[in-house]
Amino acid sequence: MSFSIGEREIVALAGESGSGKSTIARLLARVYQPTSGEVYFAQSEEDPGTPLSAMRSRRARLRYSSEVPMVFQDPFASINPVFRVSHGVLRSLKLHRPELSAKERQAEAARVFEVVGLGAAMLERYPHELSGGQRQRVGFAQALAGRARLILADEPVSMLDVSIRIGLLNLMASLRDTMGVSILYITHDIASARYVADRLIVMYAGQIAESGPIEEVLADPRHPYTQLLVSAVPDPRAALSVGGETDTGEPPKVIDPTPGCRFRFRCPIAIDPCATVTPELTGTGAREVACHVAQSGAEVKAFTS
Amino acid sequence: MLEVSGLSVDYVLDRADVRAVDNVSFTVGRGEFLGIVGESGCGKSTLLFAIAQLLAPPARIAAGSVTFKGSNLVGLTDGQLSAVRWRDMSVVMQSAMNALNPVKSIGAQYRDVMRAHGKTSRDEIAARSAEVLRMVGIDRAHLRSFPHQLSGGMRQRAMIAMALLFTPDLVIMDEPTSALDVVAQRSLMVQIKELQRLLGFAVVFVTHDMSLVSHFSDRLMVMYAGQVAELGATRRVFDDPLHPYTRGLLEAFPSIRGPRVPLKGIPGSPPDLSVIPTGCRFHPRCPVVYEPCPEVAPELVDSEGTLVRCLRYTEEGASRDERAAASSRPPDQAFQDWRGAVQADPARRRRREL
Amino acid sequence: MALQATVETRRLPSSQALSRIGRAVRSNRKATAGTVLIALFILVALFPGVIAHDSPTLDAYPPHLGLTSAHLLGTTAYGQDMWAQLVWGTRNVLTIAFVVGLATTAIAVLVGIAAAYLGGLWDGSLSVITDVLLVIPLFPLLIVIAGYAHGGGTLVLIVVITATSWSYTARQLRAQALTLRSRDFLEAARVRGERKLYIIVVEVIPTMTSLIVASFLTNALYAVLFASSLQFIGLGDPNTVSWGTMLYWAQNNAALQTGQPMWALAPGACIAALGAAFALLNYAFDEIGNPALRPVRRRPVKQRSVQQGKRHA
Repeated sequence: MSFSIGEREIVALAGESGSGKSTIARLLARVYQPTSGEVYFAQSEEDPGTPLSAMRSRRARLRYSSEVPMVFQDPFASINPVFRVSHGVLRSLKLHRPELSAKERQAEAARVFEVVGLGAAMLERYPHELSGGQRQRVGFAQALAGRARLILADEPVSMLDVSIRIGLLNLMASLRDTMGVSILYITHDIASARYVADRLIVMYAGQIAESGPIEEVLADPRHPYTQLLVSAVPDPRAALSVGGETDTGEPPKVIDPTPGCRFRFRCPIAIDPCATVTPELTGTGAREVACHVAQSGAEVKAFTS
Repeated sequence: MLEVSGLSVDYVLDRADVRAVDNVSFTVGRGEFLGIVGESGCGKSTLLFAIAQLLAPPARIAAGSVTFKGSNLVGLTDGQLSAVRWRDMSVVMQSAMNALNPVKSIGAQYRDVMRAHGKTSRDEIAARSAEVLRMVGIDRAHLRSFPHQLSGGMRQRAMIAMALLFTPDLVIMDEPTSALDVVAQRSLMVQIKELQRLLGFAVVFVTHDMSLVSHFSDRLMVMYAGQVAELGATRRVFDDPLHPYTRGLLEAFPSIRGPRVPLKGIPGSPPDLSVIPTGCRFHPRCPVVYEPCPEVAPELVDSEGTLVRCLRYTEEGASRDERAAASSRPPDQAFQDWRGAVQADPARRRRREL
Repeated sequence: MALQATVETRRLPSSQALSRIGRAVRSNRKATAGTVLIALFILVALFPGVIAHDSPTLDAYPPHLGLTSAHLLGTTAYGQDMWAQLVWGTRNVLTIAFVVGLATTAIAVLVGIAAAYLGGLWDGSLSVITDVLLVIPLFPLLIVIAGYAHGGGTLVLIVVITATSWSYTARQLRAQALTLRSRDFLEAARVRGERKLYIIVVEVIPTMTSLIVASFLTNALYAVLFASSLQFIGLGDPNTVSWGTMLYWAQNNAALQTGQPMWALAPGACIAALGAAFALLNYAFDEIGNPALRPVRRRPVKQRSVQQGKRHA
């Protein structure tokens, strides 16, 4: 996989479970090491970027984790239940901003809580006193406690009630707009991705199927899998549209992958090269597709109803 | 066929009892698809378990009745219930991986079920098992498979097939699609609807995903804080949501088509059921709250075919409103504006014109 | 018009946490019974002179006395006051129980949690040690070691029982810690750059307190039983004043057959009572921690009239 995330942008990484999107998050968070290839992290436009594998010293690693923090999916499991909710933020500050005194840390923790919409009074609460939405805000506060430049958000709203999700999504958008933070928003919910993201990367079975500016990709999906996803999303305000696709397939478990497009078993328009040659991600301008049919110039109409 | 009347379920805790389901009443007719939606803590899963008589301590039915095909299920012993269970009413649980026995093959579990409820002939059992698997689109060879060998979507379908072994009249489903991804969800729903058309059973479908159930249910029941907030024909509830909570919920779903608009969600969070707000339970979060709301707890009233629990639609509320309006205009106007905005939503208007 | 319903959530500083435990203990019957019993025994162990006026070792009294007002339980075959022995013996038993309980749990916490969290070679080697000790039959091992130590005093008993008991708890704690390893908050700690030792001590162990407390209670219980058994078969120092040694001497003098049942029954009952106290507290902690295990109070089910339900029609 190859992709990049720029400054001040929210990139949505969408795919079904098993597509590898959570693995990407952990790769970028340095929990896993890549088998091959490299991740580069740049400080500015001109900086070519330091490879992650070169960050060996504790100082370099701490610096990186301060600039690339992670927000987790489960609001009930991602905060230690025995401490007050300020614990994670204060620890983060202690590790990543060692120049601050204890008093300054408290002040900074209060400020960060305000930014995420919780208020300084919440610092003294225990996790079980907070709702799911509030806990996820604590997660974002912990992420902001360092010098966050890219937040890895692994399905941050999928375990929250629907009416609470919007608040968190709005928070993410405001973090991008007012604090200039980029976010990698990993999700299986395309609708929420559309609401908040600038670009969309669609993953299937560990590979990128399509990527580009989100409005364009959703309006005109060029990969058959993207079309399948878009057609499957229910929209309460739209008219009922049953039928069209008869797909009951599942994404493959990728053990011992062989060359060829991994979507070919479910693809109604698969052609010969699909079985033998793995499609490359190519495209014009900002849009890229990994599909032989699309790259041959023919129109892709697989799951449109 | 199913009539739930005044059902209340309490959780018996140390300090005081918490009422998770408060005086819920509704009916389900033959072959009908009723969707029950609500967020976490609204009591929908508890309600479902109460209907199926599957409540375990500390939960218990505090009041009301569940009349299924003429007889009240509340208070029956397990022995009496087994005549009804699975033959006339079956249950599909949320996560098949938790509900299916991981150390038994699918076929063995089907056999268990059928033997437990009367069928003993091996040939009959084998034939029926293959039949239900075929109905859900699974190859009969999978009777020998174990649950972990099937994918998530197939497991859910195997669970649904198990629920149909005796062609019951009512199938209760507790969020059967929430563990699946969007493509599998959709194909499962289509399948359920198709089976319903084929076999004619009624479905009570509990979910938090309103947009999913909207395309498949005949009627929709919205629950909030243990009570029924709104109950009516699905299309009506979607096109013209009466209860402010229903509307807030609908508007919290970002759309994938149409223009990209900023959404607000519903401020605050559902109440802790041990400390419920006075008056209307939704009033702390309501965009059109007015004077009587914190004092008067609204009852369910009929508003042109839809039942709604909101003072804005009751005569008492309206008369209070008039009195309030006599003294100051704004509250009345705010509500009228709000209603007007609902009716004027272009997507809805287009649909009404179709 | 925006109305705010004020719903106050209480905060939980540690003093309130203690009062919450206190309230839980009072409301749960098993916890109350267990606490009262333990407290009783602790009081007796702390102030034995207040309750028993005679010396436990003084053998100046007439032997074989039955229950009298001067000697509440009578006297032994050697002329010692049984009541005094029983009361003073509490100290020995409780000391063994608490010291072994604490030591066993401490070692098990160290070994089990470190193994789970460090993984790899550490886990492998620590687990091997744990498993070997687990597999060796406990009681024969105790006998061999105690015999080797020539029936040493209380300290030997404590060391021996601790050395042979920690492995079971270590296994349990390791298993529990392994399930916690994938909990998101631990991953969050890793991702933000915490060191491993910090994570184990500060993040993992506090979340396992209920299991650790339960292990302590279980280990204390088994310490009482093992120590008394060892003393009973003569492997403790027979001159120590303890319930197990009372049983030893009672056995040696065929107390039950020769009409001195109290000599055997009294210490036996005390061992049982102390064991029951620890067990009750163990159950109670389970129930306090896991509401699903609590007994449901029976109350009559009210049936509302049908009319009320149909009001909206």
